[in-house]
Amino acid sequence: MSHKITRRFLMRGAVGGAGVAVALPFLDCFLDGNGQALAATGAPLPARFATWYWGCGNHPDIWVPKTTGKGFDYTQQLKPLERHRDQINVLTGFNVMLDGRPSEPHTTAPWAIRTGTAPLRGNVVDVPSFDVIISDAIGAGARFRALDACAIGNSKESLSRRSLSVINPTIETPLALYARVVGDGFQDPNAGEFAPDPKVMLRKSVLSGIKDQRTALGLGLGAADQRRLDEYFTSVRRLEEQLALQLEKPAPADACVVPKKPGEGPVGMVIEHARTNHRLMADLLVMALACNQTKVANMIFSNGASHLHTVGESSDHHNFTHEEPFDETLGYQVKAVWFTEQSMEALAEFIGALAAVREGDGTLLDHSLVYAHSDTSLAKMHALEDIPVILAGRAGGRIKTGYHIAGHGAAITRTGLTAMRAMRVPVGAWGTQSQETSKAVDELLA
Amino acid sequence: MLLHQRWRPILGVAILLAAAPISAWSIAKEGRGEPVTKLRRLTQEQYRNTIGDIFGSDVVLQGRLENDVRVHGLLNVGASQVAVTPAGFEQYDLLARGVAAQVTGEKRRAYLIPCKPADAGKADDACARRFLTETGRLVYRRPLKADELRDYVSTARTAAQQTKSFYAGLETSLAHMLVSPQFLFRVERGLPGPDGYRLDAWSKAQRLSFLLWDGPPDPELLDAAEKGELDTAQGLALQADRMIASRQFERGTRAFFSDMLGFDNFSGLSKDGVIYPKFNVKVAQDAREQTLRLIVDQLVRQNGDYRDLLSTRKVFLTRTLGPLYDIPVQSRAGWEVAEFPQGDPRNGLLGQLAFVMLHSHPGRSSPTLRGKAIRELLLCQEVPLPPANVDFSVVQQVNSTKLPTARDRLTAHNTDPVCAGCHKVTDPLGLPLEALDAVGQLRLTENGARIDTSGQHAGVKFDDPAGLARALKQDPSLSSCLVTRAYAYGAGEPATADQAAWIGTLEKDFRQGYRYPALMKRLGTAPLFHTLPRPASTTTKVAQLRGGA
Repeated sequence: MSHKITRRFLMRGAVGGAGVAVALPFLDCFLDGNGQALAATGAPLPARFATWYWGCGNHPDIWVPKTTGKGFDYTQQLKPLERHRDQINVLTGFNVMLDGRPSEPHTTAPWAIRTGTAPLRGNVVDVPSFDVIISDAIGAGARFRALDACAIGNSKESLSRRSLSVINPTIETPLALYARVVGDGFQDPNAGEFAPDPKVMLRKSVLSGIKDQRTALGLGLGAADQRRLDEYFTSVRRLEEQLALQLEKPAPADACVVPKKPGEGPVGMVIEHARTNHRLMADLLVMALACNQTKVANMIFSNGASHLHTVGESSDHHNFTHEEPFDETLGYQVKAVWFTEQSMEALAEFIGALAAVREGDGTLLDHSLVYAHSDTSLAKMHALEDIPVILAGRAGGRIKTGYHIAGHGAAITRTGLTAMRAMRVPVGAWGTQSQETSKAVDELLA
Repeated sequence: MLLHQRWRPILGVAILLAAAPISAWSIAKEGRGEPVTKLRRLTQEQYRNTIGDIFGSDVVLQGRLENDVRVHGLLNVGASQVAVTPAGFEQYDLLARGVAAQVTGEKRRAYLIPCKPADAGKADDACARRFLTETGRLVYRRPLKADELRDYVSTARTAAQQTKSFYAGLETSLAHMLVSPQFLFRVERGLPGPDGYRLDAWSKAQRLSFLLWDGPPDPELLDAAEKGELDTAQGLALQADRMIASRQFERGTRAFFSDMLGFDNFSGLSKDGVIYPKFNVKVAQDAREQTLRLIVDQLVRQNGDYRDLLSTRKVFLTRTLGPLYDIPVQSRAGWEVAEFPQGDPRNGLLGQLAFVMLHSHPGRSSPTLRGKAIRELLLCQEVPLPPANVDFSVVQQVNSTKLPTARDRLTAHNTDPVCAGCHKVTDPLGLPLEALDAVGQLRLTENGARIDTSGQHAGVKFDDPAGLARALKQDPSLSSCLVTRAYAYGAGEPATADQAAWIGTLEKDFRQGYRYPALMKRLGTAPLFHTLPRPASTTTKVAQLRGGA
């Protein structure tokens, strides 16, 4: 018991000061001889997946590395990520292709990236985003199929959907995320004693009766409504699965340290608030992954038309990208660039939080893949070319890291397909029209 | 499954329930045509109103409601598109358990549960059945069918046996009812008739109550449905008159205009605290309420002309709002009415704090956003999207001395013909409102230069916001937009081409006096309002649960 307390104490310190890896042994008794699989089942440590989104892109001139392949140069805007360079891939030169469909700035492109399909208009697209495809493939066995968070506190800011009818809301505050993860229904995987709760048994039993209502409702529904009803029942089943898990003794998760309750702070577009809330939420998401509460996490750092701003300034990040003149000496928009660099600092913290958790023979980051992207490259032009994508983590050895890959105008869907293949999703081709592809970024797949 | 063992219902109840809803089920059974069903998820507000109406507004909702989605300009149209997300269902479950615990808790059971069990430590089918029959009718917005009631009673019994508590059993059953798709979705059922798919009586009652009240049918309306009264023009009119005369019609009016004017955007509205120190969350709340009060006063209490909403000189004020108007407000709590002089830019709907705040940036006003909002929200016109690859540099240099006002900056921007196309559509409507800053404070100058509030609309030129209001009042789109929005709001979808002629008649009637309550009555009692279009393809067989997903 004293070992546990010490370990937890250490871990809290490590997560709080993101980016510092603390060597903590994954208890050998859980692992096979190589430290790569769970001894009890022989199953490999689960691979985890995360998306991370920021708005208003980059300045390609000070973003794109000059060389490709290994050992590329970390440019001005990528600098914050350099501390994780062994775990990073930078993907440039991949384009969003709309095939003549209208481009609603900051809305159309991110959905085209996530779903592989150009929306008919705005966000009107009726296919799942690839994070949902991945969570369907790998998410079973954890309490939540995915956890979605938004650092600027707006639950409607989400890029995760199953269809037009099911857009997954994001959690708006660190406290709300804490409540979801550690609140009602949480079971500490390392608690030791376990007794199923009769109340949960009753709830599960009652819930399973809802499907009897399908008969009464199904008659006469149009195809779209029929599907909405199916989606409702899928959501019911997800809760049933959660309750079923609560009736089983949870598998131990040695890297799991039950997070502490965060305080209540200001929420909104002020960049300091977004940074703070992001940091708190990143730590909670990382522990949700380590504690086997979910295998998929989605983080919205800022909205597409990033309205992040500093106090007392009449313009926000988005305004600056359009209004600010290019500095004649430096050749870029100084204030707009500052916001992108803040966003990359935040991404580096997110990656650092994963790297700080020891698990098995490596870190949680080794067993994860983070897919980070924006909605545009040069926001001033709402450019759809050269969308910035960062991959972080080795996905349990399925992704090679340390590369700069240049897409040379290839469809952005190749990057999403790469993530799905790394997560072992059996998908041949993905995307539609010009964005359809069966070719991942194979150089990165191990 | 333990909780859903079938058992023989008590005969009397079964007969009573089978006899009640004559229309939908029996006709379908006789094979005279398959019914058509439409699902509309309760909006956040409708969920709150429903729980409040059935169990009392003091019941606390502990959980987050699913996000509403705006489609074709309305959340109520989006409600016909959205399903339930996994995270959302978890929350519905949490909310349902919270509501059920409060309803069956010691504090409320005396007045919310119509009977007492013989022994509170045991199941009591008779009392459970009585409660679940009455409550089920309100929750489902129709009487429960025999097998439905039987299942809920059975759930209550089994749960009571397990927990050794009658009330815990009832709580479990009620929580179960409150996550049913038949509660979370408004289920509208149409039967083939000579003029399309006519809604059955229960569906008519729902359409009427959500249109007029933004809430569920009350027992009186359900009684009327049960007696077949809603199938006659006279019966429908009687109910519509009663409902419009009731207090809840104000709630319904607020709901419709909140939806039409996009007031859901108040959540998350922020202004820069340094530039606008008088703005805070309370100001935003009161600004929203200020406009809703004005609308209810003008359209319902005064039964006034809809167009006059744009020019009324009446303004409702609180102490919180006083500083933004530079007016001392005497009453400590509550609202005062003030009247501004003719021609004051703060008169009318467009001069209200809510309108100018919502259609501004956090740190500055925006003639373009305001013009776009007038076009889209009040005239139902679509403004094209800004094109890609545009240089906006000059527009937003707010401290420029060369281009001191927004008009100067937009004029410079519009030398580019690509930009000018859209800005010609939006800016002339938004520029007159430049007399009001991003939080609605009156101003005469920007960066030291006098603000020019002239503009034009539909060939009419004007010099100030009062002129803008006059021009809009003459535009027939103002009234036709209200009518088409009201239809889409009530029906959950925009009118189809087939309905154009009928909608045209509604518009013509509305122009007789521009009275909103009369419009809503006309709409709510029209036979074509109570029909469903044939869906693209209907399901006649019950599909199996889809795997995976």
